[in-house]
Amino acid sequence: MVTSPIFDLRPSDPTAERDIFVTTFRWMLLARTVDEKLAGLYRAGKIPGGGVYLGKGQEAVSASLGVSLQQGDVYAPLIRDGAGRLAFGETVIEALRTCLGSVLGPMRGRDGNVHRGRPKDGYLPMISHLGAMISVVNGALMAKRRRGEQHFVGATCLGEGGTSTGAFHEGMNQAGVERLPFVMLVTDNQYAYSTPTSRQFACKSLESRAAAYGFQAHSIDGTNLADCLRGLGSAVTQARNGGGPQLVIARLLRLCGHGEHDDASYVDDRLKNSPLGRDCMVVAEQRVIAEGWADKQEIQSWRAQASSEVEAAVVQVQTEASPDPYTERWSALKSTHLLDGFLNA
Amino acid sequence: MSVTYLEAIREAQARALADDPRVYIYGQDVGSFGGAFKATKGLAQQFPGRVFDAPISEDAMVGSAVGAAIEGMRPIIEMQFADFSTPGFNQIINQAATLYWRTQIPCPITIRLPSGGTSGSGPFHSQSMEALFAHYPGLIVMTPATVEDAYSMLLEAVAIDDPVIFCEHKFLYYHLKADKLPTESIPAGKARVARPGRDLTIVAYSAMVHEALAVAEELALEGTEIEVVDLRTIKPIDTDTIVASVARTGRVLVVGEAFPWGGVTAEVVARVATEAFGLLDAPPQRLNAKDTPIPYHPDLWAVHRPTARSISAAVRNLLQM
Ligand SMILES: Cc1ncc(C[n+]2csc(CCOP(=O)(O)OP(=O)(O)O)c2C)c(N)n1
Repeated sequence: MVTSPIFDLRPSDPTAERDIFVTTFRWMLLARTVDEKLAGLYRAGKIPGGGVYLGKGQEAVSASLGVSLQQGDVYAPLIRDGAGRLAFGETVIEALRTCLGSVLGPMRGRDGNVHRGRPKDGYLPMISHLGAMISVVNGALMAKRRRGEQHFVGATCLGEGGTSTGAFHEGMNQAGVERLPFVMLVTDNQYAYSTPTSRQFACKSLESRAAAYGFQAHSIDGTNLADCLRGLGSAVTQARNGGGPQLVIARLLRLCGHGEHDDASYVDDRLKNSPLGRDCMVVAEQRVIAEGWADKQEIQSWRAQASSEVEAAVVQVQTEASPDPYTERWSALKSTHLLDGFLNA
Repeated sequence: MSVTYLEAIREAQARALADDPRVYIYGQDVGSFGGAFKATKGLAQQFPGRVFDAPISEDAMVGSAVGAAIEGMRPIIEMQFADFSTPGFNQIINQAATLYWRTQIPCPITIRLPSGGTSGSGPFHSQSMEALFAHYPGLIVMTPATVEDAYSMLLEAVAIDDPVIFCEHKFLYYHLKADKLPTESIPAGKARVARPGRDLTIVAYSAMVHEALAVAEELALEGTEIEVVDLRTIKPIDTDTIVASVARTGRVLVVGEAFPWGGVTAEVVARVATEAFGLLDAPPQRLNAKDTPIPYHPDLWAVHRPTARSISAAVRNLLQM
């Protein structure tokens, strides 16, 4: 797994509360810094292809899953998982290369923004179709089990809107039937693009679906890093130790537009002013200070470190070539002898 | 001893399982029951843990095959009927077909589609889906017409490092017999001249090859020599073999069992028009099923799809042009 410069901050003793909390908080900081930079580049018209989808407000839950996974696991993050991706082992530069269209990025300009990954390292690149990654993770886990591997876990993420797809149902049922070491993280951020939860599902709670699929349910407060670490840590551990598939429902409010093109004017003020509307970064920082794990000055230095890492990466990526349509291999098959000569002349 | 088209498919899977530990078979009722058509008969017993039942979840069946392929496996997915590949369509065209192009990680999965019409099967157990899949980059689509091809092409499909849609024709399952399984074969991607002739070319694939051969037989009695080209794979299409045949005959009729809008026959005609316009003595023609859903009643069905009778009429018409 490729590691980010601050990857080594991962605590050697993951039970040490301070270490894990601070480590995760720093992934959150780094992810927020990347997101803010991307938002700025978007406003400046510097994003080829145009789209930017941020994870503002979802860093705690996303990073908590990322730090709970380890090498050998399978991870298929989604739209708002910048923090989880970094915590799992993606580098800042790799993320930026995909977003800024560098040919050196893992997708080489063939796909962009959140559609990135390194399948060889268990980091699966999402397709857009919501719900579609669940069964892909299932298949990877089935293959690992078939090969006799042990103690591995697979996890993927969705918003509450994604749970309304047929693919979600099929994938969850399949994971249940196969009793896979699988963690489904659903972050209910109150809106799917502009659609409120009342137009998305009729069940009393998303947790109630767990039993129907043979999953164990967990609920977490997505604004509270301590709760995210507890809930996701426990779900991942149970899956790893033979407890079968786990459904984790995190609640919070999306603190940005669906994408940066969206002003999110439809978001209800009452939600913004409710506990759901708290910013997980602020809540986590307060905890760090209250516990005496770091003071304001030290946190400021972490912020500065994140910022300089991101700035340096942007500068580097902006000097890198974009893909060249004239030297591009326009071929969708590995078996080049089976390309249709008439279509691929 | 003889072997049917269906037995050839079973034998190819048995051999693939025996030869390569990365191969497994996943689909509805494929386990100890042996599959709705018995294409996996006895395989679950012969290869414990490697031939197993899926829930009725075509999307998840294909999605999981992609995940397993990423982890180095070579899954075979059986759709119970080609018609039920539609709920799995998204995973096939968006996940499987794009994986290699996006990530350079190969996606060696084989999806078996028991395809095409049989008497009394109706609108939802008769469809020919090949053109839909062929439309998408990143997929290989095979349509074997013979027992030998059913066997050798399925083995090839499993060995190929890209996703293969294997359209096996249900009408041929029991009717079609060969003396034995083949030991050698024409490679995938190459068409085959199933019968040589000099007066007119019929390009066909899958079950329609046999209807075309029957017509060629009938017209031979009248002194007309029809050349029949069996496409074998429809993605890629072997344009060279088609053009070479048209160069010999100057007339071409393309026959497919699928619906008439677009599709394989239109693609072949477009290629002939582009590459062999000057070789034609008459406009290229095509014959397909009717532009309605596939009817249940045997009398309706017999007229819905092309048969030796309607092909013969189209051939006679084209010979007059
Ligand atoms: C199957 C499918 N339909 C529609 C879309 C378009 N789309 C992209 S994101 C989105 C909203 C997703 O909402 P949710 O799952 O709640 O996640 P959130 O964006 O809130 O994190 C929609 C409708 C899609 N990607 N996939």
